[in-house]
Amino acid sequence: MTTGAVGQAYPRLEGREKVTGAARYAVEYPVDGVTYGWAVPAAVVRGRITRVDAAPALALPGVLSVVHHGNAPRLAPGPEPDLWLLQEPAVHYRGQLIAVVVATSLEAAREGARLVRIDYDAGPHSTVLTADHPGLYRPDQVNPSYPTDTAEGDFDAGYAAAPVRMDATYRTPAYHNNPMEPHATTAQWRDGRLLVHDSNQGAAPVQATLAELFELPRESVRVITKHVGGGFGGKGYAKAAVVLAALAARQVDRPVRLALTRQQVFGPVGYRTPTIQRVRLAADTDGRLTAICHDAISQTSTLREFAEQTAVYTRSMYAAPHRRTTHRLVRLDVPTPFWMRAPGECPGAYALESAMDELATVVGIDPVELRIRNDPAVDPELGRPFTSRNLVACLRDGARRFGWAERDPTPRARRDGRWLVGTGVAGASYPARSRAAAATATARRDGGFLVRIDATDIGTGARTALWQVAADALGVPPERVEVQIGDSDLPPAGVAGGSMGTASWSWAVIRACEALRAKLRDTPGGGPSDGEVTAEVSTADEVRDQPALPRYAYGAHFAEVRVDADTGEVRVNRLLGVFAAGRVVNPTTARSQLIGGMTMGLSMALHEEGVLDERYGDWVNHDLATYHITGCADVERIEAHWLDERDGELNPAGVKGIGEIGIVGTAAAITNAVHHATGVRIRDLPVRLDKLIGLSGLA
Amino acid sequence: MRGGPESETTTDERHSSQVAFDVNDARRELTLDNRTTLLDALRERLGLTGAKKGCDHGQCGSCTVLLDGSRVKSCLVFAVTLDGRSVVTVEGLAGPDELSPLQAAFVAHDAFQCGYCTPGQLCSARGMLDEVTRGWPSAVTDDLTTPAELTDAEIRERMAGNLCRCAAYPHIVAAIRETATAR
Repeated sequence: MTTGAVGQAYPRLEGREKVTGAARYAVEYPVDGVTYGWAVPAAVVRGRITRVDAAPALALPGVLSVVHHGNAPRLAPGPEPDLWLLQEPAVHYRGQLIAVVVATSLEAAREGARLVRIDYDAGPHSTVLTADHPGLYRPDQVNPSYPTDTAEGDFDAGYAAAPVRMDATYRTPAYHNNPMEPHATTAQWRDGRLLVHDSNQGAAPVQATLAELFELPRESVRVITKHVGGGFGGKGYAKAAVVLAALAARQVDRPVRLALTRQQVFGPVGYRTPTIQRVRLAADTDGRLTAICHDAISQTSTLREFAEQTAVYTRSMYAAPHRRTTHRLVRLDVPTPFWMRAPGECPGAYALESAMDELATVVGIDPVELRIRNDPAVDPELGRPFTSRNLVACLRDGARRFGWAERDPTPRARRDGRWLVGTGVAGASYPARSRAAAATATARRDGGFLVRIDATDIGTGARTALWQVAADALGVPPERVEVQIGDSDLPPAGVAGGSMGTASWSWAVIRACEALRAKLRDTPGGGPSDGEVTAEVSTADEVRDQPALPRYAYGAHFAEVRVDADTGEVRVNRLLGVFAAGRVVNPTTARSQLIGGMTMGLSMALHEEGVLDERYGDWVNHDLATYHITGCADVERIEAHWLDERDGELNPAGVKGIGEIGIVGTAAAITNAVHHATGVRIRDLPVRLDKLIGLSGLA
Repeated sequence: MRGGPESETTTDERHSSQVAFDVNDARRELTLDNRTTLLDALRERLGLTGAKKGCDHGQCGSCTVLLDGSRVKSCLVFAVTLDGRSVVTVEGLAGPDELSPLQAAFVAHDAFQCGYCTPGQLCSARGMLDEVTRGWPSAVTDDLTTPAELTDAEIRERMAGNLCRCAAYPHIVAAIRETATAR
């Protein structure tokens, strides 16, 4: 693959479909006799349903059924407590979806949902995460399978003995993924088989979960996921919509379309946990770190343990002989948190990269230089060399592109009319992982090739990237290759998540294409003269046998902000990121992913905040008018660059994954820039006007 | 309150109405539940699923279509109010075998990722460019006495009602700028 399709800026394959409205999403397939489901959320936090009065809803013309725990088809109890929906009268959190109204029109279903009367016995609840919550405990591990706590050296002694110390606590609120397409499903039962068109990040895992819940053989469930209106982690697994749609369709024995409302995706499908993070850093007077400690607190639900790996970022980022990381959880009467873009790394990096900036100020060392000075030669915990680590190169290249050298480090030293101007930097890393996948490659009689794999394109450009990879692996122009993805009938592959998609799927695609070429070489005449030739592979053995080495992508984020001296309004003039993420398959779609991640980081820094009302145990801002996300007018100048990085210890395509690294350091770069502009350090996101005005008397 | 009744409106006065309006230059006659939004009429009755439902509350812009040439959020329009009027959706922005310059620019600039907000962005951009031609100012227009110049800041402001969680914003602005410059 020296010259070929990989590395070329092809427009995404489904572009025409997406700009003409032809691309079909989950509830857009024509279905005869389709009905509509509308979910009903619980109006208490913790308690028990004592009565469901469906009569007013059933009296509406068009309403077919009110499905609830008293009459719903049974699901297998077991390892999916969040999805054990409509099975029991217990309410575990406010907003839990406890009934579905099915009707022949959306209007009737919606009105029916409004008319269902539900009585509850409500109990006391605890929904607020605090650093001294009596329920704090130590989980056995954190996601996905990291040790809960780690320690090397003697942090306490190292910290006490150091001439420079920094101790600060950072807080991040709940964040809600909010892909533009809410979770949505069309479910149909035919002869005991379940067919769903579903909005998710991986059809095969959803198929497995549905088979388990409905006690069906896997092959009796088919999940089609051709186009997905975004996920950002929140559709990484079967969620409420698909289960409710399948239950409702079975109940009324007709196809059901069920889309959650925008309000219903604030909680019942997961969210990024709020965090409370204490970071302590100790250094010598040259800024060389001697001790690092990162203590992270987050929440989970009473249903299931979800332990965000918040402090894991700190385990490999910067060198220091004395180190400690800990995670503590508390079970609250809340929906279970879930994955959101760079779970763990994103909130963790906000804390550590903010703390590094604070340390830079304390020791009087440039924050770029401070990070370079503490770049570890080997993984600080594993003691092994990284397969490639180009954080320093990213920092240097970014500093050059950004014009960092001319920076006056003095806070609040630059003013442009009414604006206070500042710049900030942060590092970033994200693990480069792969998981097993299967794929087939077929030579067709017409000279074309077909590659099939149950990959999912949630907007990442995966479909296009795999097409490019396949063309090179086959040694043909990409125009001769067709790629089929997004269907559980295809060879199984894992979710589009953890920045593992392209790494894992391209591995299987390349191996399938290699196997096909070998097969064709052995075929008389070298081609499929009297039929198609197909090769099928799985990378399970190869991935399992891969040596455990520290594999990470790295990035450096630079931000320039301006802060209105009178109002505290913050605007981001410029965001610049430089990344080292292995080989870039498609510069066009890669740039889109990276700036998309950076913009979500901007959103985290300035706009997003799930505001909990303790009295009602729920977020008060559960729509897009009150839960703010970054809009077009908020993004002025944004640049993503990458280094030409070759790492032979990754996977055949040499990719590290780019879906998440873009968000990791952005919020810290922005808040560090806000500090440089104003002298005010924001340790609880988001940066809001009142925090700046209240703390500094800006004007 | 999400769980309880929102109001006590009675349901026994519900009506359906006959309504006729043009969609993408074809006259459509429908008998519609009076509660049906234009968005749901397009998607569930006419099979035009290009307009997307992102929030159903007029907060995200994914459902934007053109109504008599002006951009509207179709989730906020009751279809029964549209008798005799004209609607253009993303499916009507170009002929069956071609892309409009704006659509082609969206593809060329990678002005989308998941594509869910894209039909709304396209219709909104089309409406917005016509607003500029008509001389409408925006919140960032400094001089209200002369025609607004379509700077990037103007495009960003005027497109601020169309959310894109993938954040293709700079590419959307570039695609619109290129189209505006060319026409």
